[in-house]
Amino acid sequence: MTVTAFALVRLRNLFAVVMLSGIFSLLAAVLYVVLDAVDVAFTEAAVGAGIATVLMLGTLALTTSVVKEAPQKPIAPLLIVSLTGALLIFGTLDMPPYGDPSAPIHHHVAPRYIEKSGSEVGPPNIVTSVLASYRGYDTLGEVTVIFTAAVGVLILLGGGRRSRKKRRTAGKTGG
Amino acid sequence: MEFPGLFNYWIVVVLMMTGFYIVIAQGNLVKKVVGLNIFQVSVFVFYISMSKIRGGTAPILDEGIEIYTNPLPHVLILTAIVVGVATTALALALVVRIRDAYGTIEEEEIGQLEQEEET
Repeated sequence: MTVTAFALVRLRNLFAVVMLSGIFSLLAAVLYVVLDAVDVAFTEAAVGAGIATVLMLGTLALTTSVVKEAPQKPIAPLLIVSLTGALLIFGTLDMPPYGDPSAPIHHHVAPRYIEKSGSEVGPPNIVTSVLASYRGYDTLGEVTVIFTAAVGVLILLGGGRRSRKKRRTAGKTGG
Repeated sequence: MEFPGLFNYWIVVVLMMTGFYIVIAQGNLVKKVVGLNIFQVSVFVFYISMSKIRGGTAPILDEGIEIYTNPLPHVLILTAIVVGVATTALALALVVRIRDAYGTIEEEEIGQLEQEEET
């Protein structure tokens, strides 16, 4: 996965970049399955690898697919990135180790969800009951964000001479 | 400390910095959007790897299972993935509009065009 990400930095052909980002998403989905997050893996595979790739291909069809940039050596960005990365790694030294059951994240509301959601909400999948019931407001907010984004895309692409062609691209966001 | 230890966080940091580098160092706008996506995925991996408990299973209730992986981060990331795609769509729509207005999706060329207009 990291190798794919590095390849993305170097590639000049945008078509290959988009395809690689799809592969990157699929690899992420596989990783989520390994980490027990099956629902997240579904969503990532369908939405991240599917819809996002289609959207990017649509954009490429409407624009160009070749990166025209002078091969310059950007020192400053590399420096900033290394510095930030070093700081972040320093920050991780205080984090609880991977898989540790005594990490603080597992001792707030999560045990209650695991114990009670079966009898209080019903579905055996805890993720479903938390998403739809306990944290329903989050989902409402999510729908609001998607609606706003869809409206924004339609406004941006709606007018102008190539409106019909673009509406097709915009329509895919609704899914 | 055993092997995985903090390794998952380091992977996340490397991925995040890769995305960050693409965003600030590349001039092409579509590539910048891809970089943002990588950044996002790194945050998702961070959350999901925090929720994992050693020996736990996927959070689906069943008889005889004692340890479940923490379901709360999964819910948050489920929401975040969908929101991420919505923002990606908006960013790509902006790219298409920029291409209509300037005829290019390279940051430097756009800057040159604007300077020429001013002079």
